[in-house]
Order: sequence, then structure tokens, then C-alpha cells
Amino acid sequence: MTDAAPHRVARGLSLVGDFAIFCGRAALDLVRPPYEGRETFRQVVELGWRSVPLIGTSGLAVGIVLSLHTRATLERFGAEALVAPGLGVALVRETGPLIAALLLAGRMGAGIAAEVAAMKVTEQVDALEATAVDSFRFLVATRVLAAVIALPLLTTLMNFGGIVGGWLAELALTGTPLTTYLERAFSLVDFTLYISSVLKTAVFGFLIAATGAFQGLTTTGGTEGVGRAATRSVVMASVLVIAVNVVLVRLIFVLFPELQ
Amino acid sequence: MMPAGTAPPGIATPEAGATVSAEAPVPAIALEGVTKRFGTLTVLDDLTLAIPPGTCCCVLGRSGTGKSVLLKHIIGLMQPDAGRVLVEGRDLATLDRRELSATRLRMGFLFQNAALFDSITVGENVAFPMRRHTDLAEHEILDRARAKLGAVGLADAFDKMPGSLSGGMRKRAGLARALALDAAILLVDEPSAGLDPVTAGEIDDLLAGLKTDHKTTLVVVTHNIPSARMLGDELVFLHQGRVLARGDVEALEASDDELVRAFMASAGATG
Repeated sequence: MTDAAPHRVARGLSLVGDFAIFCGRAALDLVRPPYEGRETFRQVVELGWRSVPLIGTSGLAVGIVLSLHTRATLERFGAEALVAPGLGVALVRETGPLIAALLLAGRMGAGIAAEVAAMKVTEQVDALEATAVDSFRFLVATRVLAAVIALPLLTTLMNFGGIVGGWLAELALTGTPLTTYLERAFSLVDFTLYISSVLKTAVFGFLIAATGAFQGLTTTGGTEGVGRAATRSVVMASVLVIAVNVVLVRLIFVLFPELQ
Repeated sequence: MMPAGTAPPGIATPEAGATVSAEAPVPAIALEGVTKRFGTLTVLDDLTLAIPPGTCCCVLGRSGTGKSVLLKHIIGLMQPDAGRVLVEGRDLATLDRRELSATRLRMGFLFQNAALFDSITVGENVAFPMRRHTDLAEHEILDRARAKLGAVGLADAFDKMPGSLSGGMRKRAGLARALALDAAILLVDEPSAGLDPVTAGEIDDLLAGLKTDHKTTLVVVTHNIPSARMLGDELVFLHQGRVLARGDVEALEASDDELVRAFMASAGATG
């Protein structure tokens, strides 16, 4: 071990501690009044509504590609009838939530980090405080709540887009009608599966927004710091989403044994 | 405009200060032995200062001597490593979040770079503190915001985005926002920086009017000696975190300290 190694470990642990405290405060401010309804709504539009084109088109593309690959494999076993149900389960259970979260870790996470960091380096955060506004509540809690609301909705869009994409692929290859395809695609998707998968994206939303705001508020060094905060936010949020997903999948199996 | 300290409807005012004395008027702002360090650099070094209500204190000094840091301590954006900051007799370090907010509502702050919220229009920036802290009707808030912008010569900028303004215009818009709640104490960081001499003079007139007509306490960080001469009841010259000289313009110009005299001569020439 070099001399710098213990220092790095200490810094890493300090970062984890700071982020945990940050997340704790964000969680508390989500439930503790007063609420910033107007700013939260603005953020739902900014972070959620404006992500619709990205998620919609990505879902469509993912659905087409997955359908083509699945068909190619299943055809070998004469199981083409399972293309639509397989795609439905794959999308709703894991692919949709994870891809949506990773895409939004880029768009939302970087956006939040860059905006908050820019406000920090131009003293706008101080200006909020100087006008007797709780900057944490105004900047962090509102964005975290907006992401918690937006992620499940956007994941639903991702899933729907994927299934439509799968249908388009099937339509081109076999001429399957939409109603028949939808019936097959949802044949193995029940309410428990859908809810458990989509709700876990609320956790992803919390992590993505909290990471972005954390990186933004802790940035230093002017415009260079803004770029660094955005990059770090994307990396940290993506890793967190993937790592926490492992825990959440296990948790879902414990809470909903019928899904195993 | 309301008299300073008369909060607009709905604004909470601080309760009676903890250290109010019947004999001596409580300073609007008092710093007692304030020390602030950033790493090994001592920016404020055992600084003691008292500013009576309704007066103007101009803070002078070379760049990097802690003038802006001093203002940020007064409004509680920074906390001293040692010493106390008292606003209207209340030690900021002893206030909880709600009390600190109430105290901040008694103050307006113009940042060195204006610090306008760049995602909303100039008019929304000025209306922002009123929306947050008053019960005024929307049309009244907008009227007041227009009036504040008019007072700083920016009546036409209401619907513009901060990014489309020049540096001087941003500064004036920042001042309009600082004036939004008719604060009892106004902290102003280089109000005339980036302004032409005519506009700078108008801003000085506006600040002078606040002091004389509304008894607003002013703390003005400036390099502009004519401004300091016009506004300042007392000038404080900071150097290496300490008060190197204080008094009126004449006193500083006749200071025993060569640095103070040189500063006054050069700043006076350029100001």
C-alpha cells in the first residue's frame, strides 16, 4: 500500500458518510412541511416531462432489438409463440426499469448536478439563503421528489414503448395484429410483478436526484467544477442504480415470494 | 417605499433582541473578535466593528482582504472560527433556522456578481422574495417589482432573462432584488463596479436616499472613493483581515499608514 492509499480510503469513507447524511436529510425534507409545491411541479415538468422523448424512443428501439434477438433464439427451439410473453416479462421485470434508470441517470443526474453546481459557483445558492429560503429544501428536496414521481411513470412509458417496439418487429416479420400481440405480451405479467418492478424505480429516482444534487452542492472550482460534478453524478448514479438493484431484486423476492 | 424595518405584510420580524439595553442603542451590526480562516489563510483576524442603526459604513481595502467574507458573516452565510456576529443584538450563532430566516428578512444583500437566479426573468427575480415572504396579492407583487426595477433604472428589463443583461444591468437588478423587502439593513458588495459614472451616481443617490429617508443601515464594500465620500458615515479600511484605519474620508487620506494613503490616492483618482 502506498502512503496515499489510507488517505484515499478515508476520503472515500468520508464521501459515503456525507452522502448518507445528505440522503437522510433529503428523505426527511420529503415528508416534513413546508412543501415546495410550485418548484416541485416545475421540476416534474423539467426532469420528467422533458425526458419523455428520450425514454419513449429508447423503449421503442430496445423493444425492437430484444424482439429480433429473442425470436432468432426461440425459433431454433420452435418456441416462437413465447417471443411476446418473454419480451413482456423481460421488459417489465428488469430491462425496462434498469435501462430507464440508467438513461435517466445520464439525463436527470447530469442535469441536476450541472444546474445546482452552476448555482453554487455563481452564488445563487447563497442568494437563496440570503433571501431566507432553505436552499436544501428548495433545490434538493424538490428535485428528489420530482424524480421519485417521474421515474415510475417514465419506466411505464419505457415498458410500453418496448412492447410496441416488439410488436412492430413482429408485425414486420409475421404480421401479428396489435391486440393479439398485447394479449400475449401481458399474459405472464400480473399486477404484483408490474407494481414491484415499477416501484423500485422510485428508489432509483431518489438515488439519481440525490446524487446529482449532492455532486452539485459539493462542487468547487468554477465552471470546471460544474463539468466535474455532472460527470461524477452520472458515474456515481449509474453504479448506485446497478448496485442497489441487486439488493432491491432480493428484497422483492422476499416481499413477493410468488415472483420467484 | 416603507421605512426600513417596517416589514411588508406577512413578514415575520425578530423578537426583541437578547442584549437590548435601555442606555446605549444596540448597534445594527456588531462583530466582536471575529476570526475566519480558510486553511492556513487568515481572512478575518480578530475583527471588531460596530455599526449604529441608520448609518452607512463603507468597507475599503485591496482585493482579497476579506471584505466580501465580512458581508457573508453578517448575513450568516459564513460562520466565524472565533468571535461573534450580532445583528440587532442577536448573536447569529445562537439562532435556530427559523430565527435566522427572520433575521435575514431584515437584511438585503447585493452580491458582488449579483447572483441573479438565471432560470427566471429579471422581474421574477425581484418578485421572488416578495412571493416567498409576503401575503401581497400577485398584482401588487408585480407592481412593486416593477417599481424596484424602475428605481434602479431597469424598468424595461422586467421580462428579460438575466443572461441577456450586461454586467452593470445585472448588478442593478441584483440591487432591486435586495431592496424588494425594504430591509432595515442593506449589505452591498461593490454597487458601482462595472457601471458608468452616471449610473454609478444614480445608484449612490438611491442608497443615500435609503439612508436619509428610510433610516436603512448600509454596509457598502466599495473601491469607489467618491461613493464612499458621499455615502459613508464611517469608512473602514481592511488589510490582512484587520482594521488598518477607520474614520471619514479626510481621516483616511491623512492616515499615518502609507498603504491607506496610497489606496485613497489611487482609488480616488480612478473612482
